[in-house]
Amino acid sequence: MADKPRIKLPKEAKKGEIIQIKTLVSHLMESGQRKDAQGKPIPRKIINKFACEFNGKPVFSCTLEPAISANPYIQFDARIDEEGTFKFAWTDDDGSVVTAEEKIALKA
Amino acid sequence: MGAINRRQAFLLGGGFVALTVLPMAANAEPSNDAAELIKKFTGGKEAAKGKITLDLPEIAENGNTVPLALTVESPMTAENYVKEVLFVADGNPNAGVATLMFTPMSGKAEASIRIRLAQTQNVIAVAKMSDGSLFTERKTVKVTIGGCGG
Amino acid sequence: MSIRYGSLAVLATAALTLSAMAVFGQEAERKGIPAPPGHVFKTIISGYQFRTKETRALQDDDLENPGFLAVERAADMWKTVDGSEGKSCMSCHGEAETTMKGVGAAMPKWSEKLNKPVNLEQQINICRTEHMKAQPWAFKSKELTDMTTFIRFQSRGMPVAVKTDGPMSPWFEKGKEIYYTRVGQLDLACASCHEKNNGKFMRADFLSQGQTNGFPTYRLRDQRLIPLHERFEGCMFDVRGVPYKPLSDEFLALELYVAWRGIGLPVETPSVRN
Repeated sequence: MADKPRIKLPKEAKKGEIIQIKTLVSHLMESGQRKDAQGKPIPRKIINKFACEFNGKPVFSCTLEPAISANPYIQFDARIDEEGTFKFAWTDDDGSVVTAEEKIALKA
Repeated sequence: MGAINRRQAFLLGGGFVALTVLPMAANAEPSNDAAELIKKFTGGKEAAKGKITLDLPEIAENGNTVPLALTVESPMTAENYVKEVLFVADGNPNAGVATLMFTPMSGKAEASIRIRLAQTQNVIAVAKMSDGSLFTERKTVKVTIGGCGG
Repeated sequence: MSIRYGSLAVLATAALTLSAMAVFGQEAERKGIPAPPGHVFKTIISGYQFRTKETRALQDDDLENPGFLAVERAADMWKTVDGSEGKSCMSCHGEAETTMKGVGAAMPKWSEKLNKPVNLEQQINICRTEHMKAQPWAFKSKELTDMTTFIRFQSRGMPVAVKTDGPMSPWFEKGKEIYYTRVGQLDLACASCHEKNNGKFMRADFLSQGQTNGFPTYRLRDQRLIPLHERFEGCMFDVRGVPYKPLSDEFLALELYVAWRGIGLPVETPSVRN
């Protein structure tokens, strides 16, 4: 999961505005249900958790199962009451975590 | 997905198509752990119908990538918000799909994900509100296998 | 169609077709572009128009479209030095956004040096081996498909504009012959599905005109980008034929001919298809 996650959210918002956040990461989401050419089961390897926080407070998170399509797309909303930084984290079955940050400013 | 290669999938294709269109397929008793997962999530309490809107295609163009959008009616204030939403699919090898956790900072109890459905089946959502009340909704998605789309 | 899969499957397909039509019926009006005189179609229609609204929505938004993961990967690779010459793509070509504009829309293209047409994948590997002195990328490798997608994407919205005259003419004729030749146990030609039966169901599949303007395409089925010759291979496999090899002269001729069948369609790479 070396690729940079793709994230889309507005650069600024009015106080109290609810914004939409779209995220997409590159991942095979190997379900554990498939077999290789030799008939051996391919072990499960998925992103099992995603979390988004804003200025250190949780906004939205989810746990994911093998029934999530490859290259997981997660879209959700956030209410903006102050300017600050979103932190995003995707956790892989192998324990690795890919993180990203996005800032948002308040519109006058 | 699935533990069969293309050739097997092709040879079996006709049979799969036949299975997936039988009307009973969608209403059959779930063969996986859907009921257990829901029970674990609700603590055995009954979930009421309503509040949840599931946007899913009636027929999936392909079962490997099915867009799913969720909306739960809620003011999403500190006093009254949607805490968690469990998604299960009652015809997959394992019923679990995802559990979404919202906060008042979510602003809206809305989310979109993309899911895998191995066959025609029900996608079931159960929402747990901050006051402990439970709501549920389900939708049948027809999944076809066979032909060039595989 | 006179295809038989066993009576049960036929009945099932009929039942499915009826229920599916309820959904697809609402979207029966498929927009296309007028074909030039002498073309096989009156209206040339992108595969986009044959897909459900959900699939089209995945293509319509550049953030939601998973094909852009490849575009971004290759944008980095474009600037990455590889091979003993110490060059990257950028060393010779500069900014892809300007220098590669229109390149992918005109492929395959005649190569004087090789005295045959080359497609985008082949041209990328010619650059790598001759100018960068780097290893060629294997067909179907993530790297080659990503770079092909990235370069085709620079032509997004531009019309497919392959040349079919002059030295390309015999290749065009060869491609046409392959297009109309029935192959495999199912005894189907490209034309059987994509010319005579587009807009109809074959079993669970809704047939398009088989246009190539969106390739490489993100297939929902495979959950990854599929290069054109892999799709050709897949079609031949599905009719239980023995596919030609990717990047073979046969598939190159077919690529040229099928591109002509979609002449003028806007490039949609990276498209999203079933």
